[in-house]
Amino acid sequence: MVWQPGRTDWPDRTVTVVVWLTALTVTGVFLWIVGDVLRHGLSGLSWGFLIEGPRDTGRAGGIGPMIVSTLLVLGVCLAVSVPIGVGTAVWLAEFARGGGLFGRLVRWSLDVLAGVPSIVFGLFGNALFCIYLGMGFSILSGGLTLACMVLPLLIRSCEAGLRAVPDDYRKAATALGLSRSAVLWRILLPAATPGLVVGLVLGIGRALGETAALLFTSGYVDRMPGSLMDSGRTLSVHIYDLAMNVPGGQNRAYATAIVLISLLLIVNVLTSHLADRWLHRRITRT
Amino acid sequence: MNAQNTTEVIRPWAQRGPCCETSETCIEVQNLSVHYHGKQALGGVDLTIPRGCITAVVGPSGCGKSTFLNCLNRMTDMIPGCRVAGSVRLMGQDITQSDTDLISLRRRVGMIFQKPNPFPLSIRKNLTFALKHHGMKRRSDRDEAAKNALRSVGLWEEVKDRLDAPALELSGGQQQRLCLARALVLKPQVLLLDEPSSSLDPVASGVVEDLISQLRGRYTLVIVTHNLAQARRIADHVAVFWTRNGSGQLIETGSVSQVFDSPRHELTATYISGLRG
Ligand SMILES: Nc1ncnc2c1ncn2[C@@H]1O[C@H](COP(=O)(O)OP(=O)(O)OP(=O)(O)O)[C@@H](O)[C@H]1O
Ligand SMILES: [Mg+2]
Repeated sequence: MVWQPGRTDWPDRTVTVVVWLTALTVTGVFLWIVGDVLRHGLSGLSWGFLIEGPRDTGRAGGIGPMIVSTLLVLGVCLAVSVPIGVGTAVWLAEFARGGGLFGRLVRWSLDVLAGVPSIVFGLFGNALFCIYLGMGFSILSGGLTLACMVLPLLIRSCEAGLRAVPDDYRKAATALGLSRSAVLWRILLPAATPGLVVGLVLGIGRALGETAALLFTSGYVDRMPGSLMDSGRTLSVHIYDLAMNVPGGQNRAYATAIVLISLLLIVNVLTSHLADRWLHRRITRT
Repeated sequence: MNAQNTTEVIRPWAQRGPCCETSETCIEVQNLSVHYHGKQALGGVDLTIPRGCITAVVGPSGCGKSTFLNCLNRMTDMIPGCRVAGSVRLMGQDITQSDTDLISLRRRVGMIFQKPNPFPLSIRKNLTFALKHHGMKRRSDRDEAAKNALRSVGLWEEVKDRLDAPALELSGGQQQRLCLARALVLKPQVLLLDEPSSSLDPVASGVVEDLISQLRGRYTLVIVTHNLAQARRIADHVAVFWTRNGSGQLIETGSVSQVFDSPRHELTATYISGLRG
């Protein structure tokens, strides 16, 4: 068969048109959402909005306490989930490679957990952290609940990252008499950073967007939290509240959404940057 | 020596390193057998590897050559489902015991793989990483050792201006020489080479081969190769493995001239007739 340029048959042309259309649709929907949020929200943005506390149930004032609460909840969530997540991923990828019964069980439970609706995590977190462990409605309870929620994502993508590292490195290192921990720390984890970052980005996205699980773990008190044991209202919960319970809160909800999206972007960029700096750079540069 | 003469004919430019001392035994293998998941892959191997010599391990695919090599530095411990029986003595010490210090064993017995596998680190770090880990504290000492290792594989001039560039930017042949340097920097007594030049182009392969033959006398080398001409060019001793009754066995061993010029086993004769052709 000879390839003739300029003469495409109709299945080819249909496919071309269809893929272009889908790509355009996706881009269009995305731009529409962003445009809509910006159009409604930009007018509400100001320096005062970012640092002041809310007044008149959020119709006036700002979202300072919510930004602080959000960052604290996220901080607790990551501080707990990253070490546990990386540890479990290392165990799964390096110590339970063969797929023994226990390893398979752990993987299977993680995959099920990853799909569990957040409201169920909320119920669980409320029962365990707030009531049983006596932490009450607090930023700590919320952060820990979110940690349980993002752990499956984090573990599975970090494990995938580790598995993608060629076996050649492990063999070479063993043959040089290097210990397992040295290889793990200096070679395998740095080489697996891309997988870890994917997990972090997904996890942070899920954590920042969470409302259901937080409503009955960290609560919705809109005061500035004094400690991790205080209740705190995150940005997502605030948006939910403004949109559903506060007549006339619509524009404030949009403005808060802009802040939330910006925060998401900043945290993600920061995460990738730090992961790259601490881990990946070790192997790509001296 | 007869073998020496043939080498000159086939490859007059090849430099043979210093001669080996054949009197002393470096590794003594007795009744070695290996099972993978209960299935025998290697059985009843008895072999003496003389110190300072190059011993070539040859045989058809799947006859257990790599398996045999992996027993000599206990890489077999890493392979799931692999069970080793029999004894392997390195300078008189049985290394198959469970209390063997694997770290020091692997420092004494280096290994080079078929596919060059430098770490995704800089050229310098590939060489200094293990030194640092094994306790060489001073940076200047490590750099000096790295430099000497690079010199000994003829890579120094090629990379001295870019020691901090990623090792994966090197060509395949350079990467394999870097791997050789990485093993040499630990000052091993034995080097195990599993088809070290088979993934390289002819020129790079020749360079690596010449390097290996120059290591004779200073190290004990065991090289697995599919290239019989190469075995004949560089080895002092040859061990021929064969698959019989579903398991690998050692069917013949001897000096290069014995095995290639007057093989005792008819399978060996047929096998090397490929070379005589
Ligand atoms: N990890 C493993 N698990 C199970 N069986 C294995 C494993 N490695 C090797 N074997 C089996 O052991 C036998 C010997 O394999 P080995 O790799 O030692 O052969 P080889 O002589 O090195 O072959 P080649 O020349 O192709 O490299 C083969 O039948 C192979 O299928
Ligand atoms: Mg092999």
